[in-house]
Amino acid sequence: MEKFTTHTGLVVPLDIANVDTDQIIPKQFLQKTERVGFGKHLFHDSRYLDHSGNEPNPEFILNKPEYKEASILLARENFGCGSSREHAPWALEEYGFKVVIAPSFADIFYGNCINIGLLPIKLSEDEIEQLFNQADGAKLNLTVDLANNTVSYGEVSFTFELGQFHKYCLEEGVDSVGWTLNKLDTIKTFEANMPAWQ
Amino acid sequence: MTTANTSSLTMYEKLWQSHLVEEKAGETPLLYVDRHLIHEVTSPQAFANLRFHNRPVRHPERTIATMDHNISTRSIEIDAAGEGAANQLRALEKNCKDFGIELFGMGHKNQGIAHVMGPELGLTLPGTIIVCGDSHTATHGAFGALAFGIGTSEVEHVFATQTLRQTKAKTMKIEVKGHVGKGISAKDIILAIIGKTGSAGATGYVVEYCGEAIEALSMEERMTVCNMSIEFGAKAGLVAPDQTTFDYVEGKEYAPKGEVFQQAVSDWKKLKSDDDAVFDSVITLEAKNIKAQVTWGTNPGQVISVDGCVPSPDNFSDPIEKESCISALAYMDLTAGTKITDISVNKVFIGSCTNSRIEDLRAAANVVKDYTAKGQSVQSTVDAIIVPGSYRVKAQAESEGLDKIFSKAGFEWRLPGCSMCLGMNDDVLGEGDRCASTSNRNFEGRQGRGSRTHLVSPEMAAAAAITGHFVDLNS
Repeated sequence: MEKFTTHTGLVVPLDIANVDTDQIIPKQFLQKTERVGFGKHLFHDSRYLDHSGNEPNPEFILNKPEYKEASILLARENFGCGSSREHAPWALEEYGFKVVIAPSFADIFYGNCINIGLLPIKLSEDEIEQLFNQADGAKLNLTVDLANNTVSYGEVSFTFELGQFHKYCLEEGVDSVGWTLNKLDTIKTFEANMPAWQ
Repeated sequence: MTTANTSSLTMYEKLWQSHLVEEKAGETPLLYVDRHLIHEVTSPQAFANLRFHNRPVRHPERTIATMDHNISTRSIEIDAAGEGAANQLRALEKNCKDFGIELFGMGHKNQGIAHVMGPELGLTLPGTIIVCGDSHTATHGAFGALAFGIGTSEVEHVFATQTLRQTKAKTMKIEVKGHVGKGISAKDIILAIIGKTGSAGATGYVVEYCGEAIEALSMEERMTVCNMSIEFGAKAGLVAPDQTTFDYVEGKEYAPKGEVFQQAVSDWKKLKSDDDAVFDSVITLEAKNIKAQVTWGTNPGQVISVDGCVPSPDNFSDPIEKESCISALAYMDLTAGTKITDISVNKVFIGSCTNSRIEDLRAAANVVKDYTAKGQSVQSTVDAIIVPGSYRVKAQAESEGLDKIFSKAGFEWRLPGCSMCLGMNDDVLGEGDRCASTSNRNFEGRQGRGSRTHLVSPEMAAAAAITGHFVDLNS
């Protein structure tokens, strides 16, 4: 996992609540055994007018030329609800997003983002509203500073919360499996004390 | 403000404590995972990473694999559902062989949807932590197991360590008081709950369902309730294990036997929340007020009683709900004020990890029998399929002659799998199709691009197939 320190990028506002992971990456694109090839299918049904994905929908915000370089997705409440498919954060990451900002996320999606190094940031409804007001016309560039837990533009700065260990893993690009494997003795002690039926 | 007795714990807190391997300052707590269910879609990348790091599966005997998500329901041939599906199914076969994991592959007598197969084999036990790369893992909470869906990175973590890092959730108690009326199913109970909380009402919580109406449910009905916990954002759903639970588990193929089983039951009896345990949130419903439910929108919280009408955006004061209603009505091609019983469907799907167990099929068959006795069968304008949740369910249903009842009435009797719930195989709705579905998600495009899903009980789906529209079976 790549280390995350700071990121400055263009914000694309997706003004829809309850965006589920079926919308982020529809099921027909999950039939892969590799971890690549999902970015081009991100938001497929909204992004393309046809089934095969050759005709971009000019109305969909990601297709507007001014947002082409966006790397920060601004979203509404309950983003990433539904299916636990990690393919959704994979698709967002492969498309070029480094950060997703929303007032709330579905739990599994939030954890999946952390695990792959895509930073999910929760801000208050008021702060989100302010960002939506600024983001119109591709005019909003935000700087995310993970060390200081801040999101800022111009003179404005918002603080976000992130679990201590989550932050550490993102900052250091920790191999979380390797980290836990270092605790094998503790796990074995736990196993030795489990009841027979377990 | 209630004063909490610090020694009083909720069931979730007991499950948490009994699985806490390590809690260390600066690290997310580490929990032990007892049982890991895997399938072809969310596991291949996890196996690939194990290979990359040259790591084994630590406890292959604690993982069980099944083929369910993208298999054909017309043929047991691995190639029957297309090249992409076949690649994933073959990868699962190879991965299970290489890493020593038991697999229930195509046509195996134990094959089925992970959340149908686990409970019926006794792989699902009270007092355990069960995970699967699938959000409907919450189903197993019906046994008093802490069960939740995980992403592929977490699948890899469980493979390599048999543990997971988890942030502690808040606790919510949902009490359904009294008894439901005649003909009201578990599906109606959970849809009514989600209608009350909204589709994100339990985000950040583990929910415990309780009250007389929940205690009265069979294990399969409890599974239907817990299955949809994720549909209002809950991390997991739980029902306290009781005699109904122990009787169900006893004698199942993988369940503990003899003295070990007796010891287990004695431990499981201690799992229920302490009487004075304090929950972060409490919601109460009166069972007698719950009617048969039908979703009208594009998330499971957009649901109403069958005797109601499609709501208008004006019914919602919250601007986001109002906006969601406007876009849902447009997508669903519905007009506010339309009676639910006037909505016609052209497709019916009875199946999925929510409603594909034997009791679901019996309930649907009973409705069908009532209509066929009057000389009615599936409307000529409707395509209706029945997809049992597992080969065991299929065999049981066939031994009871349910397949004949369905086939004679014009339903298609299919092979087990996830099927049209998510349409990863060829069981997909076309643009503009309107489906009465016993599955769990009515998201835009879920069952096929441009398709329209109404979530209902098996009884309602059966009635809709025959009449061509939703029916208030109790009127």
